[in-house]
Amino acid sequence: MPKVVSDVTCPFCGTLCDDLEVTVSDDNKKILSVRNACAIGAEKFNHTSLPGRVTRPRMRQPDGTFKEITYDEAIDWTANMLVKSKKTLMYGWASTSCQAMSVGHEIAEKVGGVVDNCATVCHGSSLIAIQDVGIPSCTLGEVKNRADRVVFWGCNPAHAHPRHMSRYSIFPRGFFTVKGHKGRKIYCVDCRYTDTARVADEFIQVQQGHDYELLNAFRTAARGEPLPDTIGGVPKEKVYKIVEELKGGRFGVIFFGMGLTHTLGRNHNIDIAISFTRDMNDYMKFSIIAMRGHWNVTGSGQVLSWQYGFPYAVDLSRRSKARYQTGETTSVDLLVRNEVEACFNIATDPGAHFPIDSVISMSKKPTVTVDPHINMSTEISDIHIPVAMVGVETGGCAYRMDNVPIETRKVVDAPDGMLTDVELLTKINARVDQLMEAK
Amino acid sequence: MSEFIIKNGHVFDPVQGIKGDKKDIAVKDGKIVETSVLSSSAKQIDAKGKSVMAGAMEIHAHVAGPKVNLGRWYRPEDKLFDSHKTPGMTRIEGGKSIPTVFKTGYSYARMGYTFAMEAAMPPLYARHVHEEIHDTPIIDEAALPVFGNNWFMLEYLKNHEIENNAAYVAWTLNQTKGYGIKIVNPGGTEAWAWGLNCLSVNDPVPYFDITPAEIITGLIETNEYLGLPHSIHIHGNNLGNPGCYETTLDTLKLAEGFKAKNNFGRKQVMHQTHLQFHSYGGDNWGNFESKAKEVMDYVNKQDNLTIDTGNVTLDETTTMTADGPFEHHLGGLNHLKWANVDVELETAAGVVPYIYSPDIKVCAIQWAIGLELALYAKDPMRCFITTDHPNAGPFTRYPRVIKWLMSRKARDTQIKAFKNSDKVVAATNIAEMDREITLYELAAMTRAGPAASLGLSKDYGGLKPGMNADIAVFNINPDNMPSDPEEIEKIFSGVAYLFKDGKICVKDGVVVDNGNKRTFWVDVKVKENKQVAHDVKEKFLKYYSINERNYPVPDSYAPHPYVIAVDATQ
Repeated sequence: MPKVVSDVTCPFCGTLCDDLEVTVSDDNKKILSVRNACAIGAEKFNHTSLPGRVTRPRMRQPDGTFKEITYDEAIDWTANMLVKSKKTLMYGWASTSCQAMSVGHEIAEKVGGVVDNCATVCHGSSLIAIQDVGIPSCTLGEVKNRADRVVFWGCNPAHAHPRHMSRYSIFPRGFFTVKGHKGRKIYCVDCRYTDTARVADEFIQVQQGHDYELLNAFRTAARGEPLPDTIGGVPKEKVYKIVEELKGGRFGVIFFGMGLTHTLGRNHNIDIAISFTRDMNDYMKFSIIAMRGHWNVTGSGQVLSWQYGFPYAVDLSRRSKARYQTGETTSVDLLVRNEVEACFNIATDPGAHFPIDSVISMSKKPTVTVDPHINMSTEISDIHIPVAMVGVETGGCAYRMDNVPIETRKVVDAPDGMLTDVELLTKINARVDQLMEAK
Repeated sequence: MSEFIIKNGHVFDPVQGIKGDKKDIAVKDGKIVETSVLSSSAKQIDAKGKSVMAGAMEIHAHVAGPKVNLGRWYRPEDKLFDSHKTPGMTRIEGGKSIPTVFKTGYSYARMGYTFAMEAAMPPLYARHVHEEIHDTPIIDEAALPVFGNNWFMLEYLKNHEIENNAAYVAWTLNQTKGYGIKIVNPGGTEAWAWGLNCLSVNDPVPYFDITPAEIITGLIETNEYLGLPHSIHIHGNNLGNPGCYETTLDTLKLAEGFKAKNNFGRKQVMHQTHLQFHSYGGDNWGNFESKAKEVMDYVNKQDNLTIDTGNVTLDETTTMTADGPFEHHLGGLNHLKWANVDVELETAAGVVPYIYSPDIKVCAIQWAIGLELALYAKDPMRCFITTDHPNAGPFTRYPRVIKWLMSRKARDTQIKAFKNSDKVVAATNIAEMDREITLYELAAMTRAGPAASLGLSKDYGGLKPGMNADIAVFNINPDNMPSDPEEIEKIFSGVAYLFKDGKICVKDGVVVDNGNKRTFWVDVKVKENKQVAHDVKEKFLKYYSINERNYPVPDSYAPHPYVIAVDATQ
């Protein structure tokens, strides 16, 4: 008899939907169907049983091909690499559990690693802005229960966070929002007409790279000060009108994404979006929330923060202190400047997302990639260690984009003999201890 | 397990009424025992010329959880020049006002603390709180879930449904592995979800049509109905504003007529936390003054209250509280970065950095008020020392607060150093106060007192045979007290020995063992309550953003629990 596992948390994006129902075969080995998930989330579960899945570590041979090795051999090679290297980039962590991160950090502290997560090429600029000006924010349930003015700025949840709109931000009926969609006014600010813009009441097309100016104009308009005729391609009348409409609500929220963090101005865009949000609290309740991407990138920031006090790019290479300086201890910069001696990637794919110069730099160093699947990073690594998929084949804690911690569940068994991230890292940690003692 | 005998120390133990007599303390299997029980292999610790007390208990500090961690990561400057590792078994430590979990555990232990209560846990974020508690070494910890603005509670208490509210509280303690009932700005934080506030105990809460006074008395009744080890733990309305002492007295008076009902020896029905922030007179920052005397006169009379001080330490720090509207207000005052998180159905939190400058009159008056509270306290078993870490200052400043409390000379030096010394003296009573807290009183204020208030007096806070062997030995000789107050600060910064569960964890101020850290929580059994079960189901279906089954904190988050069972079915 197939079994249904309910209340499953989806390990795909920062929305962290926790209402999935997954049907698994009697022997707990195969996923038969996934309900309630978006197309991407369902695909993530189905990936476990894709043909050709790698279930044992692979080592690159001189001719470029990979040869299967045992976990013990891979662990030994990795531990030796970590102990030998004076400074290792330990990048990723965004698709694994907080428990695994904790073990990873212990290793990094011993061997002198730089622990960085994918905020470094994503919402890192948001984190910098928050360090500069703070952030008035709320949980997603507050948005569902109270928000009557919702702004999507430089983000496209229709594609990137597919269930965000139905679970939290546009459609749901909450305690004080009994009319659901009809009770909310939705704004979308983007340089293109996206699928999110299609469901918005108002689309504001900003000229590419002019988000800062437009946000500045929003702040100005909120204070009733004069504006030039057009700002970033938007007529001033429209700006005044929208700000007045926003003020007519009781609870507003801005969701923002890469369109704001990675266009001209970067952290300054977020800075002024936060400042606008703060200003609006003089008239009504207003919050702002970053649309975090990977399902547990927020968790990596949390664990790093309670252990070292910084949310990403934590340099432990001095072994006696933690340092953090964007541009100095961030992955891309370290790689481009050839400042690390080895790379240890886990649970995120830098090969697919980093600028090519840094990927080339990585490919020339001893590199180990820990990932359930073959990806662009595994293909430039000396060793690929496949592991059980967190959130599907093993559980653990994850943090949603609003920092709410939710437990992921194990729904099926991993292929026989495969290790989880926690098991693998614990073994590497033990081997590192042995090697360092011998030294 | 090993045996120890701590020989010839001056013992200070309010539990047994020992005031500095020379006595041997014997330790076996993690417990304090009669010396006659020890075998000849017991290890001897020479405590001659030293003082021996129980491990200290922190009753109120923000040391783990979402707002603490937000404070950590959004203030990288807090770690500047303050990230370090000492050789040995410790991990990298960092942070001044909001130390990392490693530094938190080690620092408490080095100062002789063995327990800390996380003062505000949003139930939705309980998992996060427990992850941090799990990673904090040595010290035992517990956390108080916040209830003062919770929708379930607002709806039950509006109709005075104590039994339902009690069943809900019991359910939440169980789900979150929580310790007791915390109240922060009752009603005001819910109002803050609309940008409003409740500044007196009679301001109605928007929509829910209940007053803070009804919330507070309803939660006292709930607490005593359940018979929890701790009483309600309250941060009242109108915190931090000139003239707020009147609201404080209104809040305290709500406890009149209530009697503690529990099996833990707890006598109070209300613990008023960080009273310093609630003892302000005047009606603006110009005529701001101390009302510590007025407030303490009342507290001294009422046996069913305990308080902690919330001493300002004159440092740069990071304020953080579930009092969302207050942090917004504070951000407007000092224009430093304001962070806020509103939590669905439950609470909110704000974080703002703050600099208590000795050059600013108001800060200096706040400093004086905190000390006055402790110096006016007639019963040290009901007045505990805190800094409301990190709100009035980091907990790592306890040795300095102790110095000020134990030495008038140290206070006078500080008063003279204030830029507005005359104005500070005029607005406070500190300059004329002679009292110097004794070591015995200190043991009550930091050990036996908090343990009794938390309902832990059976096993903690004292040195009686049978109690847990959490013991701090300090290099201070009551027969030969240091004449230089700076020495006092130094002595309390690093214990000679700290025993935790009968194991030496700190020696000469250096961490030598990571101990056996435990998580305390209260497991209450109540009668089956279909109404509450239905309400929980409905709220999760309709209003929460996560599913009910994903709400509880799994046992794996507290692998070494100390579960206090309470049976409220009778």
